[in-house]
Amino acid sequence: MTHAATAPQRGSSISTRALTKTFNGNRVLQPTNLEIEAGQILVLLGPSGCGKTTLLRLIAGLETPDGPDMIRFDGDDVSGVPIEKRNVGMVFQSYALFPNMTVSENVAYGMKIRGMERSKRDAETRRLLALVGLEDYADRRITAVSGGQRQRTALARALAIKPRVLLLDEPLAALDAVLRERLRVEIGLLLREFGITAVYVTHDQAEAMAIGDRIAVMDRGRIAQIDVPRVIYHRPANDFVADFVGTMNRIDGRVSGGVLSLESDDTGAALAVGGPDRETVLCFRPESARLANGSAAVRARVVASTFFGPTQRVVAEVTPGRRLQLDLPSSLAFDPGQIVGFEIEREAIIEFQEA
Amino acid sequence: MRRQWTTTAGIVITALLTLFLLVPVLLSVYAGLTVNYARGISAGFTLDWVKQVWALYSDTVWRSLVVALMTLALTLLIGVPGAYALVRRGGRFARAVEEIVTLPVAVPGLALALAMILTYGGAGSFRQSTLFVVVGHVLFTLPFMMRSVIAVLDTIDWRTLDEGAASLGSPAWRRFLDVILPNVRPGIVAGSLTVLTLSIGEFNLTWMMHTPMTKTLPVGLADAYASMRLEIASAYTLVFLVMVIPLLIGVQLVAGLTEKRTAS
Repeated sequence: MTHAATAPQRGSSISTRALTKTFNGNRVLQPTNLEIEAGQILVLLGPSGCGKTTLLRLIAGLETPDGPDMIRFDGDDVSGVPIEKRNVGMVFQSYALFPNMTVSENVAYGMKIRGMERSKRDAETRRLLALVGLEDYADRRITAVSGGQRQRTALARALAIKPRVLLLDEPLAALDAVLRERLRVEIGLLLREFGITAVYVTHDQAEAMAIGDRIAVMDRGRIAQIDVPRVIYHRPANDFVADFVGTMNRIDGRVSGGVLSLESDDTGAALAVGGPDRETVLCFRPESARLANGSAAVRARVVASTFFGPTQRVVAEVTPGRRLQLDLPSSLAFDPGQIVGFEIEREAIIEFQEA
Repeated sequence: MRRQWTTTAGIVITALLTLFLLVPVLLSVYAGLTVNYARGISAGFTLDWVKQVWALYSDTVWRSLVVALMTLALTLLIGVPGAYALVRRGGRFARAVEEIVTLPVAVPGLALALAMILTYGGAGSFRQSTLFVVVGHVLFTLPFMMRSVIAVLDTIDWRTLDEGAASLGSPAWRRFLDVILPNVRPGIVAGSLTVLTLSIGEFNLTWMMHTPMTKTLPVGLADAYASMRLEIASAYTLVFLVMVIPLLIGVQLVAGLTEKRTAS
């Protein structure tokens, strides 16, 4: 949003109205309303089978929605338009590159279909290959370039047709972890530079955070929450989102007199959250824990700790069996059996009413 | 030591097998070139038998070539798009169609020929023409082309390739030509070789279907074995080999050339 607003905007806005999809009587996408502004990047995040790929394929035109007028690009109904007429750029998880063509022939294919003359096509292909850093690989066969290079070829090929929207289906899932981390930064920058409307499907929350202007977390065929990454992370709308995005500690219990108390020999907690008496679940992120020793501090017994360098992840039990994960300064040693005291800021505690 | 022993055994077995396959062919060729097979090498060699075969049967050689090439053209036109259509459609219907198409292979050639004659016997000019033989050969060879193409389709992710091309704006017929065909080429080449060899060597179907004017090489060969001296029949075999080997090499070369052309 910040960056895309200043960049030249290309691409269409996308909106869906009560969009549904049913396969053999099985509704895999519940009525979905979605508004994606032109130039914005929306990430669809969720576990496998949550409907994110179906939603992407519906927007692409690879699947037909259940009814008419469910998908619009810039206000035009495209629900019945097949993918070859929809002018969408698509990057597939398996890349779908043509093994019978070279890198540059793959990139040029869409322009060739559109009847662009040879010289213009060649110039545009060279420009795109330079953009994704593949100018030296133009004449290589697809089978003779690496996974990362294939991925970038697929991206250049999709951008070559100047699509109204760019759709990416887990484009990094087939790559190894190091490459994935590098490319997700590159892709995020590239998409913003292009200022193109993009829908990006992934099950990797780190990828979602790095790339999305907004993230739609999906669960069992519906959007559980849609917002900017910061809100998704710090203010998850429900249990599912809290659990799926990042690590979340949960303490369930009864609040009475505004305090949730847990007691056990020499450990325990008294979390002052206020409000009426109730059964509840209090959640907080590992990094919200601050070392403290006051009377309000939570005391927990260390079970194990993993050293990360700048921080360490300490696993500790506030009562037997109730484990918490805490990110604490790595300069201090925490041995198993030791008691650690910490506090959590009130603002960092998220509460979901016990369902 | 152990590995050397197995390697030696492997070479010996391969050599024996090769001899088992080659010796009868070589003997045939030898017989076709001897002046008198019964008297052996002492009688000397001659090309007279080959010349006689050419004089008597050259029309069957050309007809066999024409029939094989027409059969190949038709199986390519029907079999390749047909195989893709079946794989695309999938499900029980596609499997049923595949079984029906394969049926002529299981049914004895004579029965198939009889069925063809019963059906088209009344259509005089068609019954009399070389095309009648071609249709019989297409029925018999089509499943080999289709199965060969289907086998390759099963190993490539044709659906994603098709979707990828579609996302770039390519209409269905162009996706088939630009993306599907080049990537099933190995299946098409293998299928073509099978169809050509089957068509050229086909005897029992053709024997039943042919008329004196539509004799193919194998039918002529049977004729020669039955009514001519051994040397002529053997020389005929030699002619057959001289025809079929360059043809098969030619198909391989054409396949290689088209690959280079589309790659550039």
